[in-house]
Amino acid sequence: MAGLATAFGSGAMTNSINEISDAACIFAIGTNTTVAHPIIGLQIKKAVQNGAKLIVANPGKIDLCRFAGLFLQHRPGTDVALLMGMMRVIVDEGLSDLSFIEKRTENIEDFKNSLASFDLNFVEQTTGVSREKIIEAVRTYATCKPAIVLYSMGITQHSHGTDNVLAISNLALLTGNIGKRGAGVNPLRGQNNVQGACDMGALPNVYPGYQRVEDPEVRRRFEAAWNSSLNDSPGLTLTEIFNAIDEGKIKALHLVGENPVLSDANAKHVEESLKRLEFLVVQDIFLSETARFADVILPAASFAEKDGTFTNTERRVQRIRKAIEPIGEAKPDWWIQCQIAKKLGRQGFDFSHPMEIMEEIASLTPNYKGISYERLENGGLQWPCVTREHPGTPILHTERFPTKTGRGKFMPLRYKPAAEIPDDEYPLLLTTDRSLYHYHTGTMTRKVDGLNVLRNHELVEINQKDATALGITDGEVVRVISRRGEVTAKVKVRDVFSSGVVSMTFHFAESPTNVLTSPALDPVAKIPETKVCAVRIEKLEG
Amino acid sequence: MDKISLTIDGQEIIANNGTTILETALENGIYIPHLCHHPDLEPVGVCRLCMVEIKGRGLTISCKAPVEEGMVARTESNEINKARRMAVELLIVNHHADCLSCAKNTQCKLQEVANYIGIEEKRLQRLRKPTGQFAIDTSNPFFDRDPNRCVLCGICVRTCEEIQGVSAIDFAFRGYGTTVSTFGNKPLLESRCESCGECVVRCPVGALIPKNVQQPSREVKSICPYCGCGCGIYLGVRGSTIVNLRGDPDNPVNRGSLCVKGRFGYEFINHPERLTRPLIKRNGKFVEVAWDEALNFVAKRLADYKGGHFAFIASAKCTNEENYLFQKFTRTVMGTNNIDHCARL
Ligand code: SF4
Ligand code: SF4
Ligand code: SF4
Ligand code: FES
Repeated sequence: MAGLATAFGSGAMTNSINEISDAACIFAIGTNTTVAHPIIGLQIKKAVQNGAKLIVANPGKIDLCRFAGLFLQHRPGTDVALLMGMMRVIVDEGLSDLSFIEKRTENIEDFKNSLASFDLNFVEQTTGVSREKIIEAVRTYATCKPAIVLYSMGITQHSHGTDNVLAISNLALLTGNIGKRGAGVNPLRGQNNVQGACDMGALPNVYPGYQRVEDPEVRRRFEAAWNSSLNDSPGLTLTEIFNAIDEGKIKALHLVGENPVLSDANAKHVEESLKRLEFLVVQDIFLSETARFADVILPAASFAEKDGTFTNTERRVQRIRKAIEPIGEAKPDWWIQCQIAKKLGRQGFDFSHPMEIMEEIASLTPNYKGISYERLENGGLQWPCVTREHPGTPILHTERFPTKTGRGKFMPLRYKPAAEIPDDEYPLLLTTDRSLYHYHTGTMTRKVDGLNVLRNHELVEINQKDATALGITDGEVVRVISRRGEVTAKVKVRDVFSSGVVSMTFHFAESPTNVLTSPALDPVAKIPETKVCAVRIEKLEG
Repeated sequence: MDKISLTIDGQEIIANNGTTILETALENGIYIPHLCHHPDLEPVGVCRLCMVEIKGRGLTISCKAPVEEGMVARTESNEINKARRMAVELLIVNHHADCLSCAKNTQCKLQEVANYIGIEEKRLQRLRKPTGQFAIDTSNPFFDRDPNRCVLCGICVRTCEEIQGVSAIDFAFRGYGTTVSTFGNKPLLESRCESCGECVVRCPVGALIPKNVQQPSREVKSICPYCGCGCGIYLGVRGSTIVNLRGDPDNPVNRGSLCVKGRFGYEFINHPERLTRPLIKRNGKFVEVAWDEALNFVAKRLADYKGGHFAFIASAKCTNEENYLFQKFTRTVMGTNNIDHCARL
């Protein structure tokens, strides 16, 4: 969530889930909420019942559209154009919140200049959304206050995902929709504890609490606390790690609970890299597609077999509790990691319960300083929670932004087309989506019989017009081919996407969609472009 | 919220303006029989069991009647009893009688109501129609629908519409043949039902019942392991198996609601394919080894790769404490910042 951190100094949801019902306008862009975050979907439906206006912007006519007053079906990868076009209207029609801009923000002039290249003719042509609709959406968002923006993978999984996020933060700053109840900029994070993994510094450039590894003062503090000298250069990101493996620079990999063979853009590459390693250790609860490449597999305890905390998408730190003993000889990951560290002769890993680890976290992470297991007994706490008495923070940036100047920064933007655009050979745009019934690469949900009954195979969704042109029918099995590979999958003919766009999930090992997707990276966030790549569809021979 | 005062069964009660008589009575520990009322849903007043007598107004359905200042209500009188008895008998004669074989036995609202009102078994036996006239829908992988036990309270219909916004089910047919069904009377699996189970949780009787129910011997409060919403759950445990799961009504994120993955996706925990012993690959095959051997082996091999030759891929599925240790391990033991996780997304 690098974009949001640039503008606001913090990359998390600015507001809370239960504030959705207080919003007068909900702008849901790039989020298939009822499928990917069903409980947040319920809140949106409730808000609409109570009179909130819902605007959906998505390349697909998703389920949420049933509740929307307005649906903007923009082409995949044209979010910046759409959002900048909207802001152009706001400025031209005088709908900006001038006093907010004056008191709380900076860099408005630079930003306004960058709007010049987004006249509505260009925006209409690029996005495929009519100017009437854009204007109607903007007027609704800018005048029905408070207005909340929700977004998800549809915004971040692009080669220019950071720009997409900046465009959204600009929109909120321009209309003063930040730091207030029922407003804000809210990324809905996918996995249960992505927020927490980031907070804890499972990132190459920051220690816990987003404290930069290059900052000498920060580093000295961690060196003292950990009694260790620390490396001052940021490490490699996920995609860079795989490249470094190919170049022979990284030779040993320790991997926990993830399945990059299915989840990563350009999965074939990942497999080849894993084979090249000299040593691979995997900790997981099942023998995943990735674990098969390991030299050692350590059986991990599931969430039901250990104590700990997860941090949800609204920064709420909540307790999970051990309900049963670990299955067989499985062990919690925290225990395993401590043992390995101790075997390597290291001090500072003598923990007998996760509660003690949280104490150390709180002592080194300002946002978690006031958090303890004792307090969590009475319910979750939303960070920043800075003292033992602090009640937690449902709404960020109410008075100042955690940037150097304390102001929210407008960011000038340019439109850049997706890294891979369709051509004669690969004429269709493939975008990846999720199913309500499965989760990520399916390591957990595919082990639940009932969920397999509800859905047990990959589907390529294609619209009627394209299907007819290709001579394929509903239920037929086809080959989907990109520059990187091919998979076979069943066709579902449905007019969810416009002509020229097809969609698949990545839950199914039998049809590993990410063999197809593009490794083009967002230059800042380093998130691969799994949302857009060019493909063609062929009938199976015979 | 402003307060008003009223009298129920001679008790002076202070109530919130805008609430109903039924809600106020229940909140104050006064039981009034009811079936079609549910606190999460708009009242419809179809079962007519919640009848009370309001001074100056006569018999009134309490789940739809808002409290008023100075109101005087009675929950018990001959007239009320007669009306209630008729309503409950009508329900029972249309209801499958075999309580012992019903998974809802002892938690059934119809039993509760019948016990309170008191019914005459003999009279009912004569009235009862042959049971089992409707087929049971077992198509959904997680729950069954037995219309023969349905009391037509409409709670499931309203849940699906008001809370889920799905409207997969509705009343079908009229008169004696009335039932709750999907559009076109198709099996649930073929309907637009999303299997969230919210209707199952709210059904007051045994008409919507989870498959393979086993009562847990204890419950443990936790958080759903799937998406970033972080819904609160209770894991139902029996021995060393998770046998059921329910939403935590006090969690501010989900207030008791869950989606299909959260509610029914717990089978992976006790799945037979779980990894149960450390494995080391020897000659291309995984061999089971003891923990100590596996840990020694890992430590010995990793010792050769300290510094830039090592990388760690952490997990968004692991806890905060674990992710903290992964990065501390990578930074202090292995001397590198090469740590990331798969889901920056
Ligand atoms: S399970 Fe959910 S979607 Fe299906 S009928 Fe019940 S409430 Fe509706
Ligand atoms: S199935 Fe249950 S909730 Fe639905 S109408 Fe019948 S008794 Fe009521
Ligand atoms: S119950 Fe559903 S919405 Fe809630 S956390 Fe689990 S997967 Fe997400
Ligand atoms: S509870 Fe009032 S009519 Fe059913």
